[in-house]
Amino acid sequence: MSPDTAAVHAASPARVAPARARLLVHLRSRSAVGVVMTLPLILLIVGLVAYPFVYAIYLSLLNKRETAFVGLDNFRFLLTRDTFWLVVQTSFLFTSLAVVWKAILGLVLALVIHTLPPRGQRVWRGLSLIPWVMPLALSSLGWWWIYEPTHSALNWVLVLLGFSPKSWLADPFWARFSVILVNIWYGTPFFMITYLAGLKSIPQELYESSAIDGANAAQRLRHITLPMLKNIIAITLLFSTIVTLATFDIVRVLTRGGPRQWTHLFGTYAFELGIASGDVPLGAAVSLFMFPILAVSAFFILRGIRRSTS
Amino acid sequence: MIGSPRARRAAALLVCYGIIGAFMVFFLFPPYWMAVTSLKTNQEIESLEGIPLIIQKGATLKHYVDLFTKTDFLVYLKNSVLVTIPTVLISMVISVMAAYALSRLGFVGAGLIGTGVFLVYLVPDSLLFIPLFKVIGGLGLLNSKWSLLVVYPTAIVPFCTWLLIGYFASIPRELDEAALVDGANHFQMLVRIFLPVAVPGLIAATIFAFTVSWSGFLYPLAFIFSSSEQVLTAGTVTSLIKGDVYHWGGLMAGALLASLPPVLLYAFLMDYYISGLTAGSTKA
Repeated sequence: MSPDTAAVHAASPARVAPARARLLVHLRSRSAVGVVMTLPLILLIVGLVAYPFVYAIYLSLLNKRETAFVGLDNFRFLLTRDTFWLVVQTSFLFTSLAVVWKAILGLVLALVIHTLPPRGQRVWRGLSLIPWVMPLALSSLGWWWIYEPTHSALNWVLVLLGFSPKSWLADPFWARFSVILVNIWYGTPFFMITYLAGLKSIPQELYESSAIDGANAAQRLRHITLPMLKNIIAITLLFSTIVTLATFDIVRVLTRGGPRQWTHLFGTYAFELGIASGDVPLGAAVSLFMFPILAVSAFFILRGIRRSTS
Repeated sequence: MIGSPRARRAAALLVCYGIIGAFMVFFLFPPYWMAVTSLKTNQEIESLEGIPLIIQKGATLKHYVDLFTKTDFLVYLKNSVLVTIPTVLISMVISVMAAYALSRLGFVGAGLIGTGVFLVYLVPDSLLFIPLFKVIGGLGLLNSKWSLLVVYPTAIVPFCTWLLIGYFASIPRELDEAALVDGANHFQMLVRIFLPVAVPGLIAATIFAFTVSWSGFLYPLAFIFSSSEQVLTAGTVTSLIKGDVYHWGGLMAGALLASLPPVLLYAFLMDYYISGLTAGSTKA
């Protein structure tokens, strides 16, 4: 706080009306104090987010040994690889299916909890959040065991119900299904919580007047609840798109991208190339492919939030 | 009386509880299955007879005892604590100062920084871990747990700042002016007026910081290779899996114990946590 006290000492002529003068000095010193207090944050963002981002672009333009500049060769190389296109396909499939299901299930759960008497809501809301609070890498380990084909629970239940057992993580189709299911398990509570907060902010009078008009539950949902939640639904969808596309833990723990690279996402594929195989420039190029999607989502989120404030 | 409002209400509640029941099975089966497995004997886990969903041949704490006596679990636990405490402290100090400045000391560019903070919050760890791997290498921190102290605040501070700006903004401006006229400086104002009022926000931000630091997996996996430096998440996943035969009991015991601190923290402070979580999407 030294710039502040220095400014107060320098303002000795203003002793005539000390309180008002001090207020003025404070107003003037505000900017300086503000900059000093924000400095750690700015250094953090510049040094550990902005600089690494620019550095990632630079790295992606180098050869594997990082000794020569190769232009866009890494990107061109990736675009000719079948594996890379498989990663693109999986990422889109994973993100779209997981986000849509999380949004639907989250809405159903929020509506159901909202219907209950207030005292019961707290318990169910709390229990529902457990998947989202457990460290994802560790709950994925639990799912890994659930999917184990011979000794574990899932196939046992399937056989009990008369279905054939599946080799969950070894079959390409079921491996994709499995990683998406874990993401839905993990992310649905987040949707539920934001929707529930949104539901609580809808004025009760709207429902009361619609009840007088004789609207049924489906009509109330369509004409009051959903329009009132529109903005929250949009922001949550976009936010979840970013987080889901960037998923790493689930795939790394369950399949490591297999079988035959069928479950790799941008993050896990970048890790495989950049860290595990030591081709840092190629790995950097893979993760940069995520950026356009993140940037577009971020733009719309920001617009959505600005709209709901104004 | 079928069709009366009360009967319809009762039927609707019944449907609601049915749906909630289905969700609870889906949400809580994995932790339940982990707990059951961690308490079974190895013979029972490997047996193909009986009902696997319950413990039939007697519960045992052997997997938990082994975890502490035969594995590096305690080392990981110590490292996780050593990383998480300073990460939370540093992140909170940076966030509180920045949030105060950005919400009250309207200086040139404050609005722009506010927007920037929000955008940085949206940057996921899987976008920048490769250049950060090089940055950490440049700092000489590869294969050290302290590397996490450098990278975790970038994931924590933007959200916490954003959250606290919301709380600080709700404090009436008349309070500041009164304090300034009384001769308080900005530091005194922050400590005596803002922090006490923003306690719910501070708690929510602290829980968030703790959870991010405790649950982080990609950074320790990428930056740390020795068991002696590893933290709980990456340590449990990478080194408790040994050989071709997975000892599921020990693995589940480790995963469950390591998951406990964030779950307990949130169980006691759930309401703060939720108000903090939803602040961004509804208040903002």
